[in-house]
Amino acid sequence: MQLEYFQMVDRITLLDPDARIARADCLVPDASPVFEGHFPGYPLLPGVLMIETMAQIGGWLVLATLRFASMPFLIHVKEAKMRSVVLPGQKLEAEARLIHDGSGFAVVEASITSGGKKVADTEIRYRVVPFPNETLRGQMLETARRIAVPEAFFHAQQP
Amino acid sequence: MASTFETVAGIIAETCDLERDTITPESHAINDLGIDSLDFLDVAFAIDKSFGIKMPLEQWTQDVNEGRATSDDYFVMKNLCAAIDKLVAAKTA
Repeated sequence: MQLEYFQMVDRITLLDPDARIARADCLVPDASPVFEGHFPGYPLLPGVLMIETMAQIGGWLVLATLRFASMPFLIHVKEAKMRSVVLPGQKLEAEARLIHDGSGFAVVEASITSGGKKVADTEIRYRVVPFPNETLRGQMLETARRIAVPEAFFHAQQP
Repeated sequence: MASTFETVAGIIAETCDLERDTITPESHAINDLGIDSLDFLDVAFAIDKSFGIKMPLEQWTQDVNEGRATSDDYFVMKNLCAAIDKLVAAKTA
């Protein structure tokens, strides 16, 4: 994870659009400017960045489901729970399950676990719209390669 | 079994915190009931789940934007419910 760049997902470990599930490994860095303010003398991963992590793993699942034809933007975080603190250096696993693929929107249930214990969970909704420009789509594909999204999900399925 | 209108009106009342009695078959979901686009997606999710359908909101929006339909055609309650009935019928056909 590079918190200051909002790079929350290190590596996709499972991505199965047919089964509507994705998982990823995320390693909280030992040091980050974020920890200078949150909190001085007691560094913790901010809860909003746990939500962002869950939004991103769900976002990758939606992107793979749509074969990168459209972009999901976060619009609704429902009843997020941060169940325990997350410290620098802690290993996390993020998981998302697509519970609804609507017309122009998508809904996932997402969670973060660490050492087999759930540390956060929520329901997340996205507005799904065409990419606003090719720059963003190109950057998303580049990031997808870096975090090991299988290239089979980059383009529309062949009939 | 509740009618489509009763079910949809109930969903809107609960999702958008509206008095059920203010919702009539002639109500326009956006212009009369004041449902914004974010709340309407919540309503759409609940309708999709309740009826087991996928309302084609993107197609409807495109139809309105390109002049092939008016927003009344899709977002006046009686028309919305008729569209839902058609989608349910198509699913079970």
